[in-house]
Amino acid sequence: MQGLVLGASGDTFGHVHSLQELRRSASLATKVFVQRDYSEGTTCQFQTKFPAELESRIERQLFEETVKTLNSFYAEAEKIGGSSYLEGCLACATAYFIFLCMETHYEKVLKKISKYIQEQNEKIYAPRGLLLTDPLERGMRVGEISIYEDRCSSGSSSSGSSSSSSGGGGGGVGGR
Amino acid sequence: MSVMVARKKVVRKWEKLPGRNTFCCDGRIMMARQKGIFYLTLFLILGTCALFFAFECRYLAVQLSPAIPVFAAVLFLFAMATLLRTSFSDPGVIPRALPDEAAFIEMEIEATNGTVPQGQRPPPRIKNFQINNQIVKLKYCYTCKIFRPPRASHCSICDNCVERFDHHCPWVGNCVGKRNYRYFYLFILSLSLLTIYIFTFNIVYVALKSLKIGFLNTLKETPGTVLEVLICFFTLWSVVGLTGFHTFLVALNQTTNEDIKGSWTGKNRVQNPYSHGNIVKNCCEVLCGPLPPSVLDRRGILQQEESTAQEESCPRGPSSQEPPVVQGPPGGQAEESSTQRKDGSVPHPSAVPAPPLSDADVPEEKQLTSGELPVPSQDAGQAEH
Repeated sequence: MQGLVLGASGDTFGHVHSLQELRRSASLATKVFVQRDYSEGTTCQFQTKFPAELESRIERQLFEETVKTLNSFYAEAEKIGGSSYLEGCLACATAYFIFLCMETHYEKVLKKISKYIQEQNEKIYAPRGLLLTDPLERGMRVGEISIYEDRCSSGSSSSGSSSSSSGGGGGGVGGR
Repeated sequence: MSVMVARKKVVRKWEKLPGRNTFCCDGRIMMARQKGIFYLTLFLILGTCALFFAFECRYLAVQLSPAIPVFAAVLFLFAMATLLRTSFSDPGVIPRALPDEAAFIEMEIEATNGTVPQGQRPPPRIKNFQINNQIVKLKYCYTCKIFRPPRASHCSICDNCVERFDHHCPWVGNCVGKRNYRYFYLFILSLSLLTIYIFTFNIVYVALKSLKIGFLNTLKETPGTVLEVLICFFTLWSVVGLTGFHTFLVALNQTTNEDIKGSWTGKNRVQNPYSHGNIVKNCCEVLCGPLPPSVLDRRGILQQEESTAQEESCPRGPSSQEPPVVQGPPGGQAEESSTQRKDGSVPHPSAVPAPPLSDADVPEEKQLTSGELPVPSQDAGQAEH
């Protein structure tokens, strides 16, 4: 089963395909959408509810940790405090021309977020045949997770990917 | 075939955005379609200030103080900067749902409501959320195919859902929403101050000069003064009043839209869950809070150049005539939004704004997702907060 490696604890060795190879060799099966959580108001937070489709693909705890980290990043971006006021007042004093030369705090955090998502994709999601899309590309409405089935599996069907995914992973892939 | 030509031309995402906005400077500027009143605003401000600097300022700078035109210039520049910022920036438009997402939401809704028999009106699509111990309803937008976030509303003039939608202002030629509300507020504030300033100094000028050469002669010498006073007088009543109204809204952290609909007033209604209860805190949040960047990515490049390499996807393009993965809703609105697109260039399936997939995958995606989405049975519970 060449498609996706499932090395122990998802390390990136020999067979593990990069994201590009994942896209070329695997075919998209379905997409899952992680919705926004508005219980805190209009701040950008995502629901940590574990989607049923991912049961067989990834450990619940890893997924929740990703979402919680993302939520904390967004909270940091939208934090209302001394530094954000200072930035706002300074910008106002310069009639907002200062944004021609400097990035807002929010933009800086968004860059951190996309780096984090890329890192998560490389380390955790791609080896499991998943791809997390940056919510920014979906207008901050949803977090999209694409689930890939391996296309070039000969003989062993695509369900083989889920069975071998249980072979990997140090922590028990529970609920399957 | 136009595909060969596509290699040379870079198509940016703003050219394919649905909605009724106009874009200038290759996507850097975003406005509503009707700009006539905006030009009028510009004309009035520029005209009045030009007259003021040309006539009254020359006299007053000599007679009273050179600080007068300097201060007027500062106010004028600030008002213009905030006006242009309000008019040209993205108010906080929420991009429409891509087909996958829309289908996913539809399935969720059906799971909650059950299938409606033909001919019957489907129940309104509403989700309830609890925010700060108040129940807030989220409505489903049929045009954008999303559940609108709290405080968002769909602007019928621009045909977009806008976050924290305040109102559509024809004077600035744009919607006022989350991203440009502070510029709008600063604009009307600085315009009020500018109007009061010009009005006052016109009176002072007329008074001073009349002492020397008489009232009628003053008016004969600078007839522009009368015009300025008239314009300032009418502007005062409207703009100063508007500034006062928006100051009130800012202090309570409300939007014009909510105020008009009476969302938070009345005994049996929900109290505003977004207000911090403290005027200073509300003002700080609305005016100086963090500013989210635009999620539209207007100047991003649509990946059409690679289409030349994918021969097999070409025939697929024209045959599958649905407005493909571009964020356009199928059906009624497609005719309107297609007028914005360049005719003749078939929106290629690979014109997906953003997901980092190579084009080889996108056509296949369309094959598989149509029939294979599992029913999210567990998500039924999610709908009831």
